[in-house]
Amino acid sequence: MDQLLDLALFNSALRVLTPILLAALGGALCARAGLFNVGLEGLMLIGAFTAIVGNHYFSNTALAILFAIACVSIFSLLFAYLSIHLQANVIVVGIAMNFLALGLTTFSLRTIFHVKGAYHNKEMIGLPKWELPLIKDIPVVGDILSGQSPLVYLALVLAGLLWYYFYRTIGGFRFLAAGGNPLAARSIGIRVRRYQYGAVLACGVLCALAGAQLSLGQVTMFTEGMTAGRGFIALVAMMLGQSGPLGVVASSALFGLMDSFSIRLQGLSLPSHFTQMVPYAVTIVAMFFFKDKGFLKDAQSSGSSSR
Amino acid sequence: MLLEMERITKSYGDVKANRGIDYNLKAGEVHAIVGENGAGKTTLMRILYGMEQPSSGMIKLKGKEVFFADPKEAIRHGIGMVHQHFMLFPNFSVAENIVIGKEPGKVRFDRKTAAAQVEALSNAYGIKVDPWAKAGDCPLGVQQRVEILKVLHQGAEIIILDEPTGVLTPLEVRELLDAIKALTLKGKSFILISHKLNEVMSAADRITVLRDGEVTGTLEASQTNVEQLSKLMVGRSLAPAIKRPSSPKRAVLELNNVSLFGSGSKPLLDSISMNVRAGEIVGIAGISGNGQSELIQAIAGLLAPDQGSISLLGANVTGRSARELRDAGLAHIPEDRYIWGANKSATVAETGMMGHQRRLQRFGLMRGKEIKTLVSDWIQQYSIKAGSLDNQTQNLSGGNLQKLIVARELAQNTPFLIAAEPTRGVDIGAMETIHEQLLRKRDGGGAILLVSSELSEVLKLSDRILVMYEGKIAGELQVSDATEEKLSLLMAGGKRNAQDQ
Repeated sequence: MDQLLDLALFNSALRVLTPILLAALGGALCARAGLFNVGLEGLMLIGAFTAIVGNHYFSNTALAILFAIACVSIFSLLFAYLSIHLQANVIVVGIAMNFLALGLTTFSLRTIFHVKGAYHNKEMIGLPKWELPLIKDIPVVGDILSGQSPLVYLALVLAGLLWYYFYRTIGGFRFLAAGGNPLAARSIGIRVRRYQYGAVLACGVLCALAGAQLSLGQVTMFTEGMTAGRGFIALVAMMLGQSGPLGVVASSALFGLMDSFSIRLQGLSLPSHFTQMVPYAVTIVAMFFFKDKGFLKDAQSSGSSSR
Repeated sequence: MLLEMERITKSYGDVKANRGIDYNLKAGEVHAIVGENGAGKTTLMRILYGMEQPSSGMIKLKGKEVFFADPKEAIRHGIGMVHQHFMLFPNFSVAENIVIGKEPGKVRFDRKTAAAQVEALSNAYGIKVDPWAKAGDCPLGVQQRVEILKVLHQGAEIIILDEPTGVLTPLEVRELLDAIKALTLKGKSFILISHKLNEVMSAADRITVLRDGEVTGTLEASQTNVEQLSKLMVGRSLAPAIKRPSSPKRAVLELNNVSLFGSGSKPLLDSISMNVRAGEIVGIAGISGNGQSELIQAIAGLLAPDQGSISLLGANVTGRSARELRDAGLAHIPEDRYIWGANKSATVAETGMMGHQRRLQRFGLMRGKEIKTLVSDWIQQYSIKAGSLDNQTQNLSGGNLQKLIVARELAQNTPFLIAAEPTRGVDIGAMETIHEQLLRKRDGGGAILLVSSELSEVLKLSDRILVMYEGKIAGELQVSDATEEKLSLLMAGGKRNAQDQ
């Protein structure tokens, strides 16, 4: 058991949960605006790819991330235009975005880098690991928290900010109003569409960060379909967390922990295909525990009022 | 003049919803607008509230011409609207619902100040609410107060009330009318849209009648009466339905000790025993939420009772499915036309034939021609404005859909009929038709269970009246002994209080 549970496990869990958390926060923003965004996976994949492209051309991680944000924003605008302006079914648009992202990244990988499957270059620099002053000297906490990429810390800060926005500010209050009952919000002059566009755009930025963490934070490479369902896990984390920032942090932490746990289990000469099931099995089990909560009813009512 | 609307015309394509309407409002006055469904009342108010722009005509506020591109501008000019379907956020607190759009604080939303503001506002106008309560948990009457306070908080001088009493209990209606009177004394003006002429007569100073998008008269309330108004509204005088004394025969429906426990601490239905006999209408009165819905659903086979038995035409039908019950001789005008009565995305013809489908098929295929003739007949008989038969059901106005459902269920010609809120949202002309049809069915030996939140309707149609309170039958009255006062007392659980004293 000692081999299974040590501090390094939590340290790696924090790294693994970051992309899920970022995407889930984006999903939560969309959900609260009345749009169920199943395109998280695709946006994240584009984020991961364009971060590598940016890194390749600018040789600078900050510029690479900004480039990824710009590219993913364009795609989220497409999602927003189709689903808000043209009133297309959000699920269909989201699925279309996922397939578009998969095809487009594979195609671009071959045209830009002339490789198949994966692109890796030793000269590319990944995200730095930040040793946090003071905190790194605290026993236990320091071992877990310190030595992560900046995006890990940014994700946790963003979750806190989103919570503050939702529950403490006037803007957040109107945002929740616009998503909760668009008709009523319109009747008092709240511009619902503006909030919806804002949510989708912010979701794009968050997914770009999630993708950048995947391709630059851990391995500094891009492989086709490297998100491997993390966007969908983020979707589940968002639902499990009832689209509230703190709940999303908690459920992302659960998935991150299970993910790194499954990597750890491989060390115990268990078949890797079996250990890889762990996070998904936990997803299903978690659904049992959360099945009869009021948020289901809320989700249904907000789902019907948004269309 | 505080407000003048001059020669307002609004066309949607070829259809003219408003034709040269003149309307004005003095400060501190209640000026009602009455008219049947589709007469143009709502369109006129949407124009005033900035939700629609008039095709021609102008609006003057205090003598100055104004133009509202959206509700925000109307609100800024002191016009507030309480919508027929409340525009509330059920998950937010009462205070949050009231201050929304004008929240205290700069970036941070100061909820304490908001609650204090609501408290102050509520005291200033004598409209009581609990600022911290969750809006969705409040009874409809309180929700309406929240709506009125919201409009006042926005600084409205002119308040539009669109069908404000449709969902209220008689007691809540009286409270609302009192609140309106109190607010007019403080200088607020009201535009009251309604089709309930009695309420309009008691609340309004002046009344404007619309028919087919035109003004057919503007009258002082003190110099007119309900008969004159309804004549102006409908364009002809209405003959009141004649009700012959009933001669009930054997029991068609019998309930014996039926209980439904539900998940709460109190049972939803508590040992209900009752019957409905052939040739009589039994009315169920009660404040909504006291078990009427569950009772209807238990009888119609939509909920299985936990205890007791139900028999229809002498056969025990407890726990049978809705289809078996319909085959056994039950028809059902459901209380909520959208949940139980229609498929919003089906065509008018499809909604019309629901429940008749097994009669109108051959080898499993629909007999389109017969369905069309049948539904067209109903559309004519009940003068339903449906457009074409291929129109989607959701495009029908509530009143027209209700008429279609009533026609469909009456055409089942069953010995027993549940009529739940049969005239909800329909105008007086159609109400007369529906009432007439129900009475005719009774005279032909049909047994009808009528559930209605309109006391006047229960009193007018029923031969016997049962009052429900907290899942029990709180009392039974013959219609000859029943008065609104007696019923209201029973509905509020008054009998039990009287015993306590």
